[in-house]
Amino acid sequence: MDPLGLLPAALGVVAAWVTIGLAGMLAPRSTRWVAHGLFPLGAVGSALMAGVGLAALLMPATSMVLPVGLPGLPMHLRLDALSGFFLFLLGASSVGISVFAAGYFRSGEGTAPGLLGLQYHVFLAAMCMVMLAADAYTFMVAWEVMALASYFLVVSQHRIAEIRSAGFTYLLLAHLGAIALLLCFGVMMQGGGNGLTFAAMRLDHLSLAWSSLAFGLATVGFGAKAGLVPLHIWLPEAHPAAPSPVSALMSGVMLKTALYGLLRVSFDLLHAPVWWWGVPLLVLGLFGGLFGVLFAAVQSDMKRLLAYSSIENIAIAFAAMGLALVFHGVGMPVLAALALAAMLYHLLNHAFFKSLLFLATGSVLHATRQRSLGHLGGLLRRMPWVGWTALVGTLAIAGLPPLNGFVAEWLLLQAFLFTPRIPEPFFNMLIPLGAAVLVLTAALAAYVMVKFYGVIFLGNHREAQLEHAHDAGWLERFGLVWLAAGCVLLGILPGLVLQMIDHVNVSLLGQALAQSGNWAWLVPMSAQRAAYNPIVVLAAGLLVIAITVWGTHRLYTGRTRRADPWDCGSPDQTARMQDTAEGFGQPIRRLFEPFFQTHVELPAPSDIAPRYRVAVVDRFWAQVYTPLGNAVLWLAQQVGRIQQGRIAIYLLYSFMTLLVLLMVVVR
Amino acid sequence: MNPSGLFTQLFAVTVSVLIAPLFSGWVMQCRAWLSNRTAPPIWLPYWRLRKLFHKDAVLAHTATPLFRAVPYILFGVMVAAAAIIPSLSTDLPFASAADAIALVGLFALGRVFIALAGMDIGTAFGSMGSRREMMVGFLAEPALLMVLFTSSLITGSTLLPTIAEALQSRALGIHASLAFAGVAFVMVLLAENARIPVDNPTTHLELTMIHEAMVLEYSARHLALIEWASSLKLFNYACIGFALFLPWGMANRADGVLWLLPALPPLVLKLAVAGFAVGLIETLSAKLRIFRAPEFLATAFLLAVLGLLVRLMLGD
Repeated sequence: MDPLGLLPAALGVVAAWVTIGLAGMLAPRSTRWVAHGLFPLGAVGSALMAGVGLAALLMPATSMVLPVGLPGLPMHLRLDALSGFFLFLLGASSVGISVFAAGYFRSGEGTAPGLLGLQYHVFLAAMCMVMLAADAYTFMVAWEVMALASYFLVVSQHRIAEIRSAGFTYLLLAHLGAIALLLCFGVMMQGGGNGLTFAAMRLDHLSLAWSSLAFGLATVGFGAKAGLVPLHIWLPEAHPAAPSPVSALMSGVMLKTALYGLLRVSFDLLHAPVWWWGVPLLVLGLFGGLFGVLFAAVQSDMKRLLAYSSIENIAIAFAAMGLALVFHGVGMPVLAALALAAMLYHLLNHAFFKSLLFLATGSVLHATRQRSLGHLGGLLRRMPWVGWTALVGTLAIAGLPPLNGFVAEWLLLQAFLFTPRIPEPFFNMLIPLGAAVLVLTAALAAYVMVKFYGVIFLGNHREAQLEHAHDAGWLERFGLVWLAAGCVLLGILPGLVLQMIDHVNVSLLGQALAQSGNWAWLVPMSAQRAAYNPIVVLAAGLLVIAITVWGTHRLYTGRTRRADPWDCGSPDQTARMQDTAEGFGQPIRRLFEPFFQTHVELPAPSDIAPRYRVAVVDRFWAQVYTPLGNAVLWLAQQVGRIQQGRIAIYLLYSFMTLLVLLMVVVR
Repeated sequence: MNPSGLFTQLFAVTVSVLIAPLFSGWVMQCRAWLSNRTAPPIWLPYWRLRKLFHKDAVLAHTATPLFRAVPYILFGVMVAAAAIIPSLSTDLPFASAADAIALVGLFALGRVFIALAGMDIGTAFGSMGSRREMMVGFLAEPALLMVLFTSSLITGSTLLPTIAEALQSRALGIHASLAFAGVAFVMVLLAENARIPVDNPTTHLELTMIHEAMVLEYSARHLALIEWASSLKLFNYACIGFALFLPWGMANRADGVLWLLPALPPLVLKLAVAGFAVGLIETLSAKLRIFRAPEFLATAFLLAVLGLLVRLMLGD
């Protein structure tokens, strides 16, 4: 069944992580012990986990029952291709994050390093357990441990009030999601018997209404964790609040556990998807993508910008999954495999480039103590390692060939191009609009990333103290280079990655891609239809560039003189004349005015110290969450009326309750 | 990969790279005639390139290696794009490695790099140009993709040579969807190549420029490469237009190497007509205010989507 012992190996890594975390408590204040000693060990665990995940992709599913848990309900674990894929994603990206964290965490910043190390490794372990769980109880326990560990990591700087409130919002939405998930599992357990295990749920055949209800609850529950609009509001608050390696782990890995869960529930447990289940996912995904990228365009805090960009990326993954559900439901399994592969590819990419960018912001934060884009600039010259690796991440997330972001975009667009074959005329009509929104989102993402990179790393220092910014240490460099290398490899070896992803397709859909290419070619349907080979494109481009460089320097003078910037002859240059983040986002703010709620503060002409201030507010706060909060308060006040503070009245309530109960019992 | 395909590929790319400045010179001449000026010689772009290549480059103190690498990257990107787009022949072995979506990706790569270079020196005009370039780009890129999608829905492929071949083999009928797409494509072409309704690189006011504002800090060989890449971009766009809307006269896979020569006159003819049309549009229209440009491009985007809808709903 499991000749390689993959499942025990995965559990071993999980146990090792918990042990590493606990070992940190031996000397919680010693940065050397915790950061330089234990975090690299954790990274070794991550590498092992990546190996286990990769092996599990190729092997048949294995399962295991651990003799611990509730009475009569031992823990069920299962490792199949889907879990294997996500374990690989977790392991491969967290190697870089953990090594970076080893160089990043210092003492004297909020929570003691030892405690932070414990929370960090428990967080990793809990995410793995989520992917290994094969019964509702284990799943929910792991899910909650994951939420709590990440909550404590978010509030590690708990002395700052803003961070406490960000943590509160996160905890609130995490629990709203968890309630929806509990209800979802409840609906799926109706079959009776040993209904808590996933194996039993798989055997149940729910009616369409019940399974649709379960799917809806799962969408809400997992959507809250993934930051699906309109449940996204915790995300732009929590990501900037957390230390950068934690943001990387939350955005790069934790958001994916939600998509793992939704895939598990919809394709595996409720194994009879209906095509229109995909429609809400598609609509929410496309809307969320546009929403996220538009808000990212107007942010002036670098980590908030990345958080909104995560909302966009995850929303696109939701849209791809919606498309896969539609294809699966109308009986087009090959196309469903294509859409699903696009989604999984995108998730893998996002784990690498978003972690990379969050880590880069961490280095910038340490070097400059600035999070606001308005105070940065010109860091490529001061921090070459961070700058150049961040450039790779920037190009990758902007979806440019030959890096990894483009491959997923390419696959998804191909999937969209096939939709006209769906036998649902009305749906067909909406598809071009969906494709249009998708490409608009992708093009806007490039805009956002040029702003992000240009304002932080290019140009001149906006503040004098940036002159002393230092580059990242060698542990941090390793983490950055690891993730950047991942972006490049995933970009230029698409055929190989697709072969890996195809095992998930086979296990979930029973259908492989019609890929006819080898490791370098991407040919998802047929060579006549569409093909892409990044290695050839890259090689041709590099060849042309080499010839051009050689030709220019060989045939013409290669002399270069350095001078002051010309700038159309204006002599008095200051760094304040460069475009700011607000300036760069201004066209988007103006063009999509109805989307935003903007407050602009213009100085009066007579102002001696004029200040221009602009703030963009998420409409969902004002129009959904604040009314909701007010409604809850109002309800609480109504309920509060029966609280009189007098013992006699409370006794009366008890007496009346008893009376009513007796009446029920007697009847 | 057969040798004749390889030869065709190299020949087509070389021809594109060499005659692209000529095409820019032709457009310039047409504009001059239409506005009653004495036209500059058609070879002017070559002279300019030669002059620039012979100068010493001046770089700002603040320039990073990124700034110096961008002209080469941009030129490489445009040559790679020229290798995908069928101009003389549809027998392009390299084109099977990159389809229409990858082509749009390549253009986006070039745009992002030049926008980053514009921000690199840290001058006021440079970053303003980058911002505007990205603003034009984020609307033009989806519109171009939608145009390409329409034709790939008609032909069942996203590979440009296959699209061109499929459209070539049809009768001279006009697809209603392609008519919408054609109008949208012309609008995108004007916007993406710094042409008049959207941008005017030859004005004396840096404040109104988009493309030129980004490259103000470049000089000598770097500027030469950027200008060459820009004319190659215009040439590439024209050839995309021919492949989608006027695919006649091209050699195809079945023809041998010798068929490349008869394919030259039709290409020159098409370029002459297209260059004149671009010059005419530029002479007849006024430059839009910068915040009118998105409306212009949004119209192009909507037209392209409309084309796609017509194709899907009416099957035309």
